[in-house]
Amino acid sequence: MKCGIVVFPGSNCDHDVYHVLNHVLGQETTFLWHQETSLEGCELVVLPGGFSYGDYLRAGSMAAHSPIMAAVRRHAEVGGRVLGICNGFQMLLETGLLPGAMRRNRDLRFLSVDVHLRVERDDLVYCSNYRCGDVLRMPIAHAEGNYVDTEEALDELERRGQVVFRYADASGQLEPGANLNGSERAIAGICNAGGNVLGLMPHPERCAEEMLGNRDGLGLLAGAVAAADGRVGALAAAGG
Amino acid sequence: MTTPSPAAGEPVVDSVLAADHALTDEEFGGLCDLLGRSPTWTELGIASALYSEHCSYKSSKIHLRRFPTRSRRVVHGPGENAGVVDVGHGWVAAFKMESHNHPSFIEPYQGAATGVGGILRDVFTMGARPIACLDSLRFGEIDGEGGARMRHLVDGVVRGIGDYGNCVGIPTVGGETGFHRSYNGNILVNAFALGVCREDRIFTATASGAGNPILYAGSRTGRDGIHGATMASEAFDSESEAKRPTVQVGDPFTEKVLLEASLEAMRSGVVLGVQDMGAAGLTSSCFEMAARGGAGVDLDLDLVPLREASLTPYEIMLSESQERMVFVTQRGQEKAVVEILSRWGLEASRIGRVTDSGRARLTFRGRTVADMPVEPLVDGAPVYDRPAAPPADLHQRQQVVACEPPEDPLRALKELLGTPELGDKTWIHRQYDSTVRSNTIVGPGSDAAVLRLKGTPSALALTSDVNPSYCWLDPRMGGRQAVAEAVRNLATVGAEPVGMTNCLNFGSPENPGIAWQLRECIEGMAEACRAFDVPVISGNVSLYNETEGEAVHPTPTVAIVGVIDRLRDVGTEGDLHLVLGCGFWRPADRVVLLGSDTGEYGGSAYQRLLHGVEAGRPPAVDLEAEAALHRLLRQSRRAGWLSGCHDLADGGLLVAMAECAIARGLGMRAAVDCGPLSLFSEGQARAIVTLPASRTEDLLAAAETHGVPAREIGEVGGDRLVLDFDGGAVDSAVDDLRRVWAEALPRAVG
Repeated sequence: MKCGIVVFPGSNCDHDVYHVLNHVLGQETTFLWHQETSLEGCELVVLPGGFSYGDYLRAGSMAAHSPIMAAVRRHAEVGGRVLGICNGFQMLLETGLLPGAMRRNRDLRFLSVDVHLRVERDDLVYCSNYRCGDVLRMPIAHAEGNYVDTEEALDELERRGQVVFRYADASGQLEPGANLNGSERAIAGICNAGGNVLGLMPHPERCAEEMLGNRDGLGLLAGAVAAADGRVGALAAAGG
Repeated sequence: MTTPSPAAGEPVVDSVLAADHALTDEEFGGLCDLLGRSPTWTELGIASALYSEHCSYKSSKIHLRRFPTRSRRVVHGPGENAGVVDVGHGWVAAFKMESHNHPSFIEPYQGAATGVGGILRDVFTMGARPIACLDSLRFGEIDGEGGARMRHLVDGVVRGIGDYGNCVGIPTVGGETGFHRSYNGNILVNAFALGVCREDRIFTATASGAGNPILYAGSRTGRDGIHGATMASEAFDSESEAKRPTVQVGDPFTEKVLLEASLEAMRSGVVLGVQDMGAAGLTSSCFEMAARGGAGVDLDLDLVPLREASLTPYEIMLSESQERMVFVTQRGQEKAVVEILSRWGLEASRIGRVTDSGRARLTFRGRTVADMPVEPLVDGAPVYDRPAAPPADLHQRQQVVACEPPEDPLRALKELLGTPELGDKTWIHRQYDSTVRSNTIVGPGSDAAVLRLKGTPSALALTSDVNPSYCWLDPRMGGRQAVAEAVRNLATVGAEPVGMTNCLNFGSPENPGIAWQLRECIEGMAEACRAFDVPVISGNVSLYNETEGEAVHPTPTVAIVGVIDRLRDVGTEGDLHLVLGCGFWRPADRVVLLGSDTGEYGGSAYQRLLHGVEAGRPPAVDLEAEAALHRLLRQSRRAGWLSGCHDLADGGLLVAMAECAIARGLGMRAAVDCGPLSLFSEGQARAIVTLPASRTEDLLAAAETHGVPAREIGEVGGDRLVLDFDGGAVDSAVDDLRRVWAEALPRAVG
């Protein structure tokens, strides 16, 4: 599958995502400059982590208005796959492609640590390598990952099954101590109603290789490039 | 040569004004002789910056010559922005460490942040992409009186380092943090960065080719940081607070785009030389580039992009505004570079050209404001052989104070683990992104960080070390020990050391006792470098670290980089992060103690932290015993025998065992034939290793061959740490130890 990684001046996880999509999963992968207006036929668009334009306002707020984002929005609206990781998730919130907003982490400090995630959906193509209730370990590295929305909107999100990952303990229990950034309902990742747009704060691209001691994130990226029927081709091909 | 004329409103320069610029009468006289006249105000500012300790190394140069700087791997030694070594498979690593002590004490957040920014620029101006940072921090007492100020400094420094490195996207993978009252009035912030590039892509900071244009890129020039280099070369006093305006303000986003744009520009093929504007800003960048190329420069200061129009030539030349670079390009091809920079949203301006005059000629509003010879000012800066003599109280310091054995070794262990010094540092390093760039196999909190080198079978290992108490008690032995421990840390992961950088933090060299400490520390470090065959490829000297006459402990921070040639020799892919870490992880692994205890307590954590005694002689470093241990560890790693390894350092054997158990909550049962006091000895050249029972014979045989004492002492397993010693036993739930250790720092920083 042709994959495009949008590069903002302050993106700093763009190369890491490229490495996994291209070198680990063998996908045709290209970088898309933020000032471009075309996605060059990419079927999967990744908004990578980083600090887009410095994020001196709210994280991702400026990036939401960059030229490429109009193309990303059109791609999402016709059912194209868009995956936002960390700063990319923040951009998806700022563009309105996903609902809600981010606050500073509960203790107002940057958090760089491994967390556990409980998988809440396994019928999305992104989660085709996981089962509901699976517990994944992934690193987070952010200062603004404290997900918030109104109570009504959160209820609506839950009712529509748009919560894809929640922070949990190693056994999958939702413990307050496992929700380090203080997100409402322990939300770590959500999708849109169509399930084609996914945003999450943890970094699957940093835990996709055996050598780094953790491959829990490979399934997500393999799912992102899997065939539409959700077959797990890519992960099998990668030896998973 | 033209005679420059003072700009309107500029003072006439005399020796009083020169003294205000920290120039001695002799230095001022020499400057006048060099110019054949009195300097202008702008010229005085330039000379004072170039003659500052920070830029000229005038008090340390003669000692620094003691360091070995060559090996078959060294591509660029000291003198460039960063040293460069060959790490194999067509790759080179560029690295350096630098201090930002004074600014961080005055304004901790910006001071520390811009320290990281400066060291990153030093690395990427070499053409190398930064892939890792380390930070070595020394704070004063965080509890007790004055503790509130120190907690504020800890918080600010950690946030500053984090916010800057996190934004640029460079992982901070290790470092060290110590607390000692000698830093109450002068903290130390030493930042290290390492970058990699293909061996044929290295750049140097050289201006050459008369007529070639000089481009200015990045942030505009403002008034921030004027005379930072001079400030860094003075001691603190009660008026230092007023120097806050001389602290620079960092913008990591601009740094990030400057990094990307610079690397892209260097790949374009039209860039000849690059230099960042660090200490002493445009002055040092232009003078040093010209000196390296044996050239001169003409600069039109009207073309320098400014934040406010009213800046004077003096201020333009001495501003330390951050995130600025100078490029020298092929004549007529500067447009290609300007285009790259502007695509990244950066301003670029042609501010002058390279000449063959050997002089720096600066014009401003149609008049010449400076015309100075380059080479004599840069390379001919004064060099001092300052009087050096052991401090008057040295004999008293070295009086051995008898060390009482602990009544309850477990209680002593818990007390040690509960100090901020030996407690868990997670509170600090979880504020730093340590996994971005997806190379981190072993991150912060281990003996050495390990990063894979993508596209090769190898990995790089990094560590930083120094024990200031040892250096205070015996600077030569302390200097040796810092290098020995760093090389040992690399050996624990099987890495061969390939190069060293350092940050020499001392008080005023004009005090003979301090000058002696500096000389002795360097001598000790150099001895160890020669013994372990480690070249020094870059470094930084930070003197005048004192407040109201109270100097910091001598702190020659060492950072050494090593190479693991083939990771697959060391362990299977999925286990590497466990095998190369220093914690127990596999039940039934055997525990072997390497090295023999020499019963050393001078400057030990046991004496300092539990008994308040800092006296005697620090542990002796037997360079041959160390080298033998390092060889044994590297061989054992290459053979794939070991499942883990941890060296014995601060706190001694029992603390090291507790750290191994705490790492993954897995216990151990072992027995040693020594008394309770020995459990806290800091005798050097020792390590504990774990390995499967099937490999112990191989290891013991190899140890014998290398002449390293080795003894199997126990087995990994269970959830308790049990150690039998002569006359008693330590027996504790690992979780109890973990709790004490984990709570120490968060409690102390409040």
